[in-house]
Amino acid sequence: MLSRRIFLKHGACACVSLGFAPSFLARTAFAAGGAPRAKRLIAVFQRGAVDGLSVVVPFGEREYYRARPGIAVPAPRSGDDGAIDLDGFFGLNPRLAPLAPLWSARRLAIVHACGSPDSTRSHFDAQDYMETATPGVKRTQDGWLNRYLQARRDEQAAPFRAVALAQQMPRALQGPASAVAVSDLAHFGIRAGRAGVDTGASFEDAYAAARDRVLNGTAREAFEAIRMLHAADVSRYEPANGAEYPRSPFGQALRQIAQLAKADVGLEIAFAEIGGWDTHVNQGSIRGQLANRLDDFARAIAALVADLGDLMEDTVVLTMSEFGRAVSENGGGGTDHGHGNVMLAVGGDVRGGRVYGRWPGLAIEQRYEGRDLAVTTDFRDVFGEIVVRHLGVANPAPIFPGYAISASRFPGMLA
Amino acid sequence: MKRFLVAALAVSAISIGGLRAATAPADDRAITHVLNRIAFGPRPGDVERVRAIGLDRYVDEQLHPDRIKDEAMRGRLAELPTAQMSRREIVESIELPQIDMRRERKQQPNGGDADDPKERNPLRQRANAIVVELAEQKIVRAAYSERQLQQVLADFWFNHFNVDSRKGRDRFLVSEYERDVVRPRVLGSFRDLLGATAKSPAMLFYLDNWMSADPAGPHAPLRAARPFQGRRGREPERLALQNKNRAKKGLNENYARELMELHTLGVDGGYTQKDVTEVARAFTGWTLENPRQGGGFTFDGRLHDPGQKVVLGHVIKAGGGESDGEAVLDILVEHPSTSRFIASKLVRRFVSDTPPPALVDRAAARFRETNGDLREVMRTILTSTEFRSPEVYAVKVKSPFEFAVSALRAAGAEVAAGERAAAPAFDAKLLVRRIRDMGMALYQCQPPTGYGDTAEAWMNGGALVNRINFAIEIARGDRQLADTLGAPAFQKR
Repeated sequence: MLSRRIFLKHGACACVSLGFAPSFLARTAFAAGGAPRAKRLIAVFQRGAVDGLSVVVPFGEREYYRARPGIAVPAPRSGDDGAIDLDGFFGLNPRLAPLAPLWSARRLAIVHACGSPDSTRSHFDAQDYMETATPGVKRTQDGWLNRYLQARRDEQAAPFRAVALAQQMPRALQGPASAVAVSDLAHFGIRAGRAGVDTGASFEDAYAAARDRVLNGTAREAFEAIRMLHAADVSRYEPANGAEYPRSPFGQALRQIAQLAKADVGLEIAFAEIGGWDTHVNQGSIRGQLANRLDDFARAIAALVADLGDLMEDTVVLTMSEFGRAVSENGGGGTDHGHGNVMLAVGGDVRGGRVYGRWPGLAIEQRYEGRDLAVTTDFRDVFGEIVVRHLGVANPAPIFPGYAISASRFPGMLA
Repeated sequence: MKRFLVAALAVSAISIGGLRAATAPADDRAITHVLNRIAFGPRPGDVERVRAIGLDRYVDEQLHPDRIKDEAMRGRLAELPTAQMSRREIVESIELPQIDMRRERKQQPNGGDADDPKERNPLRQRANAIVVELAEQKIVRAAYSERQLQQVLADFWFNHFNVDSRKGRDRFLVSEYERDVVRPRVLGSFRDLLGATAKSPAMLFYLDNWMSADPAGPHAPLRAARPFQGRRGREPERLALQNKNRAKKGLNENYARELMELHTLGVDGGYTQKDVTEVARAFTGWTLENPRQGGGFTFDGRLHDPGQKVVLGHVIKAGGGESDGEAVLDILVEHPSTSRFIASKLVRRFVSDTPPPALVDRAAARFRETNGDLREVMRTILTSTEFRSPEVYAVKVKSPFEFAVSALRAAGAEVAAGERAAAPAFDAKLLVRRIRDMGMALYQCQPPTGYGDTAEAWMNGGALVNRINFAIEIARGDRQLADTLGAPAFQKR
């Protein structure tokens, strides 16, 4: 597989013998030449299992208030203490107010009671299953987003086709297709040594002369990426449309994703993560621990959407978390690990303003194992719909091994 | 310092297998090759030392690490307390106080941490320090131990029997796992190594066998009755899925599957799903005694499925209890697929990404002749013409760990761990982060497959940039050394 990938990529480059800039220019020219515009997916992982019942609140369920006397989000009412009414049954946590205009504009869709067929309540295993999209199978080596990249082999693949704004490559993007993990774009480059000489150029020459195809090809990608970032001048960036990103790590990650999307460096898959959701104790309701995380989460996504402007027409932002939390609050004012959860999708081809998925109800006998929100939509059906209807993959089967992916089960949230 | 670096440079120029290496005497190239494979690359003076005693004798010495003096290690590791602690000591001094603290906090009316769940506290920091100290220990041993092959093999076999320290309690278990389960056995009997991993708390926890139970037994987890399932027209497929999950409840197949696929037979080793289930049944009851008190392996008959099992055609009679698992391990070790799978993985690590079939055959045959004596299998590989052939010099891309340690060794750089870390030595904690930035978080490989051992596993643009930056950092302003350590040739071994 390796040799084929390298062959394809560098076979394709071989005709451009002058170095890096020409292939970059060639691609830009290609993009300007009327080819269909590239679609983008920005995947957001909420690590730690966000309490979906506090994100999109089923205020129409009496059982919700019975199970959560101390932490339920109040039903919509005048003032800003209650949920933001979405459809008379579900409401947004008021701290997600920055996302409310996207709902009204029908660009935000919600899939509730969504999750995994596997029963694990281990963060570790459940994140693994969601990122590999193979629930119950631990030995899958590549992530689902990497399998997407493999399925849509791009001979002109840009070095920034797939980027994780993270210190470590997330499981979802691990695999044979190229992806970059970087926590700070401004520091992506060859550092000058203490002697202060520009060592970058000599390394570029050395690797260009290397006979080893893997090293040679990887270095070509790396130096091209550095050059692109330099040309795009990422260290000086002004968000558009008055977008104000939170100064949090998540806000800054989305800001950098917007930079890459606008820099026209071939970004197709971006990945960001946000933690702090494992609220076993003192979760809070419209104020407190969880509310503060939601505030950061919502303001960052709202800023991203505003900043990307027209580029959102070709972009979907999808949020996910490994599982939901138990329906009933625990003795410490928090919630324990549960099952079904909520996913949000924002984008140009999203049929927003609707909550998708069958609502299973919260009465004890309707719950999963008597305690958790049941799963009525397999998360792979959400991923599958994005891969097929947004990213345009005709045959998604290789991306979802062991699962009979079928459009008949897609939630229907994309046009 | 300056003179030291010049000397280091002269050696690394020989060691890198690049243009200048081609002009070195043939025996020095052979020595460098062997040091790149059975050690973490040459330090200044190593090639001369090996030349003095002879290459064959050096290899033989390395095959008997217990005969090699390595006293300096004790002092170098002295400041890494958790690396020497037993599992029980770690649990008692770090895990239990942490649990107590959480419990107290839960009982407080306002919990104390309403706004910041990640609030810094010394107990949490100590818990996080365990894996960092373990990684520092790994770097120090690889950089300085005279028992180089043992360290190379500890890296190989830990990865073969991989556990991820981030899974739940594994962070408290992984130090002992590497030190007492894996490292002492890397040149011993494969059956012994396999059995020790099977009974280790780290593996029992990581692959969930500790909670696997006979679904019909008294201790199968209680399932809430779900009388309303299927109402409101659930599609039959989903219902079937849920029923399947229910049927599996109690029995956990994770360990059974990985035991065959990853630890012994290999994915094409000739087992079926039926074998996986039978093996899982055999291992029910292999669990942990008082896991929260740091307890070790125990057999709990109440979790065990006492019926007959048939594994790969061998009948294991009913009523065997704990011995069912031992019988399975015997069957697996004696299966020809295991000898081939282990031989080909070792040949891939030590010889080439495309293992020469004839050498794999001979190593596998040696495995069978010696009942899996790993020292003899290694001897077959390391004395083979395939291993010594100039055609396989410098054909392997180094893992980030191998790259970092070989750069430190080539530069003759000082590394200090724990509280000893002070300039001009490199702080081992910093090196742990650098290796992570190159794509290899030590003791944090999530899938049970372990990290890959071929070029494509390690090479991507971001990682390569970080490798070059690491070379520049280690060279500390010495342009020529930076060029040597950052060169394409130094990425390979």
